[in-house]
Amino acid sequence: MKKQTIDTRPAGPKPWYDPRVRSLFFQAIAIALVFWGGWILVDNTLSNMESRGISTGFGFLGETAGFGIIMNLVPYDATMSYGRTFWVGLTNTLLVSAMGVVAATILGFIIGVARLSSNWLVAKMALVYIEVIRNIPLLLQIFFWYFAVLSNLPSPRQSVDVGGALFLNNRGLYLPDPVTQEGFGIVWGGILLAIAAVVGIRIWAKKRQLATGQIFPTFKVGVAILVLVPIISYLVAGRPLEWDLPALRGFNFGGGITIIPELAALWIALSLYTASFIAEIVRSGILSVSKGQTEASKALGLPNGLTLRLVVIPQAMRVIIPPLTSQYLNLVKNSSLATAIGYPDLVAVFMGTTLNQTGQAVEVVAITMAVYLTISLLISLFMNIYNRAVAIKER
Amino acid sequence: MQTPPKDQPGKKPGIIRVEGMHKWYGDFHVLKDLNLTVDQGERIVICGPSGSGKSTFIRCINRLEEHQQGKIIVDGIELTDDVRHIDTVRREVGMVFQHFNLFPHLTVLENCCLSPIWVRKTPRKEAEASAMEYLERVKIPDQANKFPGQLSGGQQQRVAIARALCMKPKIMLFDEPTSALDPEMIKEVLDVMIELAGSGMTMLCVTHEMGFAKTVADRVIFMDGGEIVEQAPPHEFFTNPQEARTQKFLQQILAH
Ligand SMILES: Nc1ncnc2c1ncn2[C@@H]1O[C@H](COP(=O)(O)OP(=O)(O)OP(=O)(O)O)[C@@H](O)[C@H]1O
Ligand SMILES: [Mg+2]
Repeated sequence: MKKQTIDTRPAGPKPWYDPRVRSLFFQAIAIALVFWGGWILVDNTLSNMESRGISTGFGFLGETAGFGIIMNLVPYDATMSYGRTFWVGLTNTLLVSAMGVVAATILGFIIGVARLSSNWLVAKMALVYIEVIRNIPLLLQIFFWYFAVLSNLPSPRQSVDVGGALFLNNRGLYLPDPVTQEGFGIVWGGILLAIAAVVGIRIWAKKRQLATGQIFPTFKVGVAILVLVPIISYLVAGRPLEWDLPALRGFNFGGGITIIPELAALWIALSLYTASFIAEIVRSGILSVSKGQTEASKALGLPNGLTLRLVVIPQAMRVIIPPLTSQYLNLVKNSSLATAIGYPDLVAVFMGTTLNQTGQAVEVVAITMAVYLTISLLISLFMNIYNRAVAIKER
Repeated sequence: MQTPPKDQPGKKPGIIRVEGMHKWYGDFHVLKDLNLTVDQGERIVICGPSGSGKSTFIRCINRLEEHQQGKIIVDGIELTDDVRHIDTVRREVGMVFQHFNLFPHLTVLENCCLSPIWVRKTPRKEAEASAMEYLERVKIPDQANKFPGQLSGGQQQRVAIARALCMKPKIMLFDEPTSALDPEMIKEVLDVMIELAGSGMTMLCVTHEMGFAKTVADRVIFMDGGEIVEQAPPHEFFTNPQEARTQKFLQQILAH
């Protein structure tokens, strides 16, 4: 009775010919090699540090830093801890990266579209921009903006003065700082109201399109509401905002908001450089949409603007997103060139001064690398989610 | 020449009028002195050897290509550089392409509703209901929520026809609608086109399907070297071609 159950499956191959078994085997070997290599590295470093008498662990983060940093978004002074220097560096890195991503994206899209313009001059100018900017090393461009352009601005006493509120000199750009007064809550209320109204109008416009077919200019009306309602509520509340104007005190300016030249140089260079790559990505994305698509759209009577918006761009985005993601990642990583001109980013502050003063190389490098890895993974994650949303379904 | 629809009441004569039309690609003279009048409800088949300018010609009729000399008047509107005229004409002229050119990022239903909603300003519900009617007419209502990439070639081409019809055009242009299809799918597309011809649609059709020409065409036009060499009702055209070039072409194509 043993041989009652008959196995109807076809006889499988010998284990060493089975692709699944094979791939498991090779993966196991690869993982083992990685762990072995990691273990050798860690073991080696630890025993080296022990022999040189360096203490390990993250206790140093609580010690007093004792050095100044020229720009901080989170409160900081020299009496604070090394842990605080980490946050100062991180927020500075995030600031310049975010500013760079926004500027590079806008500029890159404009130049990418200009590159395809039927106007000869516009197209050629875009081409020259792309070819010049992306073929000069980024570090050189940062130096150019910092040493050749911004350092040659006049000294604080000879500042470029725009209406007594805005000053530009070789120490930076000084802007008035808005200080909210009592009653500013009304303005916040106005802003919230405007946002709610725009959302409401969008929903209503969609419903009306369903019912009557009329297309409401949601975008234009929305922008008008978002601009006008806060302004009106500002006036109604009795202008509850005062400006802290920058003013010359001795040899330098005080008050207001300062954009230091290190930040400006790094931001301009990162944005211009990355924009040249984004422009090429945008151009190839648009070109990847076949001519048949535009023709079909035109043949259906859709005018050029709608053809671009409803047919070309949605398809181009699918091609643009993955390389655009890697440009964003490059921008964040390139922001660490800040060290070269002394912008206090994470690498300059934490992996620079903090590391030099504490000597905790392994910990500091590990933390810094983990931060960059986290930022990169987060960007990739968001871009992947977006990409999944615009992906085209095939069979 | 007498074509049956001309005599029917309510049919506009000369819904398409092409007069002394020339087109060049750079130095290359593609279309030479074309003259053609198509009445409403007329069904025209255009054939001719490869490179003879058939595609270029019908693409001039909805201004996907520009002509440089002569006149093209569609439904009373002359095609010039004026963008408003071009958009008006394109709303009344549907086109079906050899390679379907469906929008891959939209579902079948969205493909059909796009232009009615944005150009004709039809309420979405109405546009969708009307699109479903046309999808039923081309016999694929069950595919409405699929994406073009999930359909067979024949199904895609039928969606393309439905999409063009959703604009309720007065004229339909077809540029070799079956030549990218496998033989078993050609029939399903031709059946739809024959049904459409029966409904009184004005049709200009570039095709090598001579069976289709014999069944539905009011007139067959033979083009060669950028010229209209000969035009005649199908029976005359196939049994008694006048020009030597037409005879040679027919011999080649019917030899298959
Ligand atoms: N954009 C263009 N630039 C230059 N020449 C072109 C262009 N498009 C077409 N031609 C030329 O014009 C001629 C007519 O082309 P067309 O596509 O109208 O031919 P056709 O009769 O449709 O041929 P087929 O049966 O192969 O589709 C061909 O010689 C072709 O090489
Ligand atoms: Mg052709």
